[in-house]
Amino acid sequence: MKSDAYALLEADDLAVQIGERWICCDLSLRLMPGERLVLIGPNGAGKTTLLHALAGLRDVQRGEVRLQGRALAEWPGRELAQVRGVQPQSQPDWFAATVMETALVGRHPHLGRWAWESGDDVRIAHEALICMGLDHMGERNILTLSGGERQRLAIASLLAQQPDLYLLDEPLSHLDLHYQMAVLAHFSALAQAGAGVVMVLHDLNLAARFADHVVLLDGSGKMVSGTADEVLQADVLSAAFGHPLRRHVIEGQVAFLLE
Amino acid sequence: MRTKALPISSGTAAHPRAAAPFSGDTRAVLTARALHNRMFARKSAFLTLAGLLVLSVFAFLLALRAGSLDAAWGDVFAVLGGQVDGTLGVVIRELRLPRAVAAFTSGGLLALSGALMQVLLRNPLADPYVLGISGGAAVGALSAILLGAATWLIDGAAFAGAALAMLVVFGLSRGDGSWTQTRLLLTGVIVAAGCGAVVVFMLVMATDTRIQSMLFWLTGDVSGASRPWPALAVLVAGLLATLPFARDLNVLARGELSARALGVRTKRLRLLVYLLASLLTATAVTLVGLVGFVGLIVPHLVRLATGNDQRILLPASALAGGAMLTLADTAARTLVAPIQLPVGVLTAMIGVPVFLFLLVRHPR
Repeated sequence: MKSDAYALLEADDLAVQIGERWICCDLSLRLMPGERLVLIGPNGAGKTTLLHALAGLRDVQRGEVRLQGRALAEWPGRELAQVRGVQPQSQPDWFAATVMETALVGRHPHLGRWAWESGDDVRIAHEALICMGLDHMGERNILTLSGGERQRLAIASLLAQQPDLYLLDEPLSHLDLHYQMAVLAHFSALAQAGAGVVMVLHDLNLAARFADHVVLLDGSGKMVSGTADEVLQADVLSAAFGHPLRRHVIEGQVAFLLE
Repeated sequence: MRTKALPISSGTAAHPRAAAPFSGDTRAVLTARALHNRMFARKSAFLTLAGLLVLSVFAFLLALRAGSLDAAWGDVFAVLGGQVDGTLGVVIRELRLPRAVAAFTSGGLLALSGALMQVLLRNPLADPYVLGISGGAAVGALSAILLGAATWLIDGAAFAGAALAMLVVFGLSRGDGSWTQTRLLLTGVIVAAGCGAVVVFMLVMATDTRIQSMLFWLTGDVSGASRPWPALAVLVAGLLATLPFARDLNVLARGELSARALGVRTKRLRLLVYLLASLLTATAVTLVGLVGFVGLIVPHLVRLATGNDQRILLPASALAGGAMLTLADTAARTLVAPIQLPVGVLTAMIGVPVFLFLLVRHPR
């Protein structure tokens, strides 16, 4: 098939800057369908900024990001939103709405200007709510949800969008252990079915479980990019996070312990 | 390869209940229930819209009937049918009809503008006047009254003042090209404060005879509006203009970043909403002066009844605002007849307690 010839997401010599500060220079990466990329780094290193650049939500200073072989700038907004979905880090709520209505927002790029959400859209949104364990509260007001429930709802909204490429900004930060693992497992399953996943994560152990590729931003404009095994090494991480840690392999699982 | 047909749920589904324990049947039943709930919510929203339409027609007919000269429903329908008999017919057609249209139109304009401003600024406390348009209009209108200008000049000065304030706020808040709503809100509030000072200055300088018409203008008064038809056209056109973007506005209400990620061209959309809401407000204040609280209260009341789907909320707000101001104006000229209260006093007297009640009930 034609689109198989292209990587799902490609970045060439990417340079991203906030104000005067460089987030990364000369970043090149290639994400094939079915692959999972994790962005890690200390606070303020620019993980979110880089994620937004990869999503086409901010301009880059140099280089180019291509989605399915086509530069992000050339995608019309609505078509782009059918193919790549973004879950922002925080989702402030100003107005009351039901959980179901909020999940249905993800269907927006799939609907024509005059179309209303159809039964199929509701079914898709309901499936997404089931995946995030929110199906029994479809008629709840979102202003009454807890932080973790909100985060799961944001993920459900992204799932309802059904893109090929998922970009998530710290999707696990408010979740308890069970849902952290469940969300990672769900996105792994989506990747196995051919989707691409890019995720900003804080927890190195979860990153080690999930990632195929890792980009580490160290906060000073330098970065390390490679396979999970290449980047998730004790010396690299200790230097970047400014705290010594040790890497262990316990029953086949990589685990990092703080010294 | 496209992955559109991806089964979202799988053996690794997040919710423990979503995996094995449910047979396919139970799950289908739950999905069917979710679908039913959704369609029921939509149906009741449309019913509310239809109810508001009926209420609007009723309010309009009542405004034609009520007054010092007693009219029967038959007289009202006769006049609407083109049959104008005697004094009563003339009163209905020449006095009550334009006044009812002016009240309905300005109420609809303010409520629609308020609903748009609330989404634009993502602030439930925003109203049509929050960005200083009313202040500009007040300075314009009061200057004209102070100089003893004719009615049409007062209207023109009000509109010009509103347009000027809009341009100033827009120009200043755009400044360096960024366009955050905090900056917009702040600029609007400051411009409004400046206009407020000028208004007080003019009230101090005015002679006694002019002060009353100035105060009537400032509290909002429908009695002077004799040519409401162009404003009604603006209301209809404005409402129609919002409909293609109504779902985009739903997405925008979720936040700028989410909206852009979902393919909404937020810059263009916000500019459009800003210009449209400003035009609606300017038209309303030109017609009836500064009628308060309709633009703040009505979108909130409608939101309580129909939810925050702009496709319903915007037309429902326009209808509800129109009906509310028409009823309020009918009350304003009949409650303590022959004295006519400025309708703005009445809407504020109803609006303040209702709004406080809402604030207490919904702490957010």
